[in-house]
Amino acid sequence: MFQDILVSGLVNSGVYALLALGFSLIFGVARIVNIAHTAFYMLAAYALYGLLVIAKVPFLLAIPLAVAAVVALSLVCYKLVIEPVRQHESAVLIATIALALIFQESLLVAFGGSFRGIPNAVEGVVSIIGVRVSYQRLIVLVVVAITLVATWYLLNRTRLGLAIRTAANDQEIANLMGIDVSRVAMYTVGISVALAAIAGVVVAPVFVVDPLMWLSPLVTMLAIVVLGGLGSLKGSVIGAFIIGYVEAITVFAVPSGSYLKGAVALTIMIVVLLIRPEGLYGVVFEEER
Amino acid sequence: MIRKLLLPAVAALGLVFSQGVWSQNIKFAILGPMAFVQGENHWAGAEMARDEINKAGGIAVGGAKRMVEIIKIDTNEIQSVPDATNAIERAISRDKADFLIGGFRSEAVIAMQEVAMDNKKLFMGVGAAAFKLGQNVEQNYERYKYWFRASPTKDIDLAKTLFAVLGSVAEQIRKDLNRPVPKVAIVAEKTAWTEGLIKAAQANLPKMNMEVVGLWQPSAIATDVTAELSAIKRANADIVFTIISGPLGIVLGRQMGELELSAVAWGINVEAQKDGFWQATAGKGNYVSTLDTYAEVETTPKTIPFVRAFKARFNKSPIYTAATYDAIMALKQVIEQTGTIEAEKLIPAIEKSEYVGTGAIATYDNRHDLVWAVGKTSGIAVEWQDGQKVPFWPPGTKGMKPFKLPKH
Repeated sequence: MFQDILVSGLVNSGVYALLALGFSLIFGVARIVNIAHTAFYMLAAYALYGLLVIAKVPFLLAIPLAVAAVVALSLVCYKLVIEPVRQHESAVLIATIALALIFQESLLVAFGGSFRGIPNAVEGVVSIIGVRVSYQRLIVLVVVAITLVATWYLLNRTRLGLAIRTAANDQEIANLMGIDVSRVAMYTVGISVALAAIAGVVVAPVFVVDPLMWLSPLVTMLAIVVLGGLGSLKGSVIGAFIIGYVEAITVFAVPSGSYLKGAVALTIMIVVLLIRPEGLYGVVFEEER
Repeated sequence: MIRKLLLPAVAALGLVFSQGVWSQNIKFAILGPMAFVQGENHWAGAEMARDEINKAGGIAVGGAKRMVEIIKIDTNEIQSVPDATNAIERAISRDKADFLIGGFRSEAVIAMQEVAMDNKKLFMGVGAAAFKLGQNVEQNYERYKYWFRASPTKDIDLAKTLFAVLGSVAEQIRKDLNRPVPKVAIVAEKTAWTEGLIKAAQANLPKMNMEVVGLWQPSAIATDVTAELSAIKRANADIVFTIISGPLGIVLGRQMGELELSAVAWGINVEAQKDGFWQATAGKGNYVSTLDTYAEVETTPKTIPFVRAFKARFNKSPIYTAATYDAIMALKQVIEQTGTIEAEKLIPAIEKSEYVGTGAIATYDNRHDLVWAVGKTSGIAVEWQDGQKVPFWPPGTKGMKPFKLPKH
């Protein structure tokens, strides 16, 4: 059972980490609570379905095309919908909820409510410490690892990363230092949505694609970023692994209560918040003010 | 003078039109989640019935022929129960429907039943299995007598069918794999309608010489059950007994195939009833079997012609909600027999009727539920074999093929 928990938890945590990292990034830099984040993840899955299954575009071409299309759409949405109300946090929240619902209903009209499947990039299974894992899931893990490292490199070893971190720390100081905070925010939206889109295209062949697929990971992702500390990238990744493993342990420890895995994860989040209201790696609210 | 005469005449004519005296069509409101496959089939079955009846000149009502008009009512019930009750209100008050047909999600149909009963409208359910719908008729006949369940049978009767097929699958496992006591893992989504079936399975399976190795209850919208399947594999299950109506059925089928589980899946898996299941599982759903209603087998003499006509027209197989066809045709039979469309006069006629439909031979009990009988209302069992949905039960029905076990 221990091996099962180890492997299952690792795969789930990786996907959650990708989603939570993007969400945290855009919140940390632009203070945008992007409820549509997982809707972009869903759009990427549909884009891959359209390219791969309908248009018969090869896998290796379909994936970057799907990610690029979703990132381009997110930038248009940012310019038209979010930027005009960016200074009003509640307006941003409502605008992104509206965006997510528009995406959901548009997909419902375009594709109907049927569930869609996407073939694996590579078929077959491998046994890891006695646990059968499909190659596609291993691909998910590899992509997640590469993406996380690339994001770390971008943020810590490039000028854009420096600007993003500066804007995340203090927007006024960043402005005074000559950084175009608005432009940095837009770049961050692009990077953030790219992370969601990558998560969407890598898990689409593993999960089922449908117009409501953005709702379930949204709750988990919000729980992770609150647990890790709002805006903390390190916290998001660690939070993702905690929640991913808590879910896996719940399934194996209480099989007849496996539907409770989300509730157990949320309970863990509440317990952590009771002890550390700022989350594991978040900024203390008083300091932030 | 002319003006004085003309005005009352126009007013009287307007009144006549507004009362619908000249509107001789019989209106059937078809209720379903129209953006989803269940609603699509509700509508498709109704279209076939409408076209067939109207082509033959309509329904004879007291010496006059009246055409059938169907009204598409999108209940959006999968996403919202209040949307469903608003939709049925609209069908009754604005669209002036004579009959209500359809519904799918039990929670929504229970709510819609109340609205229909408030308005004393005859409501033929096609899709919901909840016991309560029929129980209401039994407990308060005067209020709920307008409800009939045209398809499927109630949940308790679904269980009878499930166990009958499970017994035959277990027998094949005993014989082919030499397992005297097959091991069964129950996988049920966590929703209200599965609770009775789970209890019944846990109580009955040991009596049927099977061992229940565990119960797994993922969320109805779970996107990943690899952890559950790993545990089921470790429990050495021979059968995965599924009680699933949502997308979980696809996830389970696909991931069982990916992980190359040697257990066979049998039970209710609504998604596996659809033609799109094979695509949705990316071709991994081999050996997944489920209760179903339609296939090219002789459940009744009307089944094969209907299924073929449906496939030819819509380029897909019907699922159980296409039994709106049977509901309209059954109503036609009693309307012509009684010569009226008045619910009060139709109800006793339906209660006494036997209607040979496309998916069942329908007679009703005192709950206005279908009387369960193998080969008449029990439905059929199908298994996915290399991209084809193959019917295998009940064995006495002409057209059935062998059930296959995964390679061991």
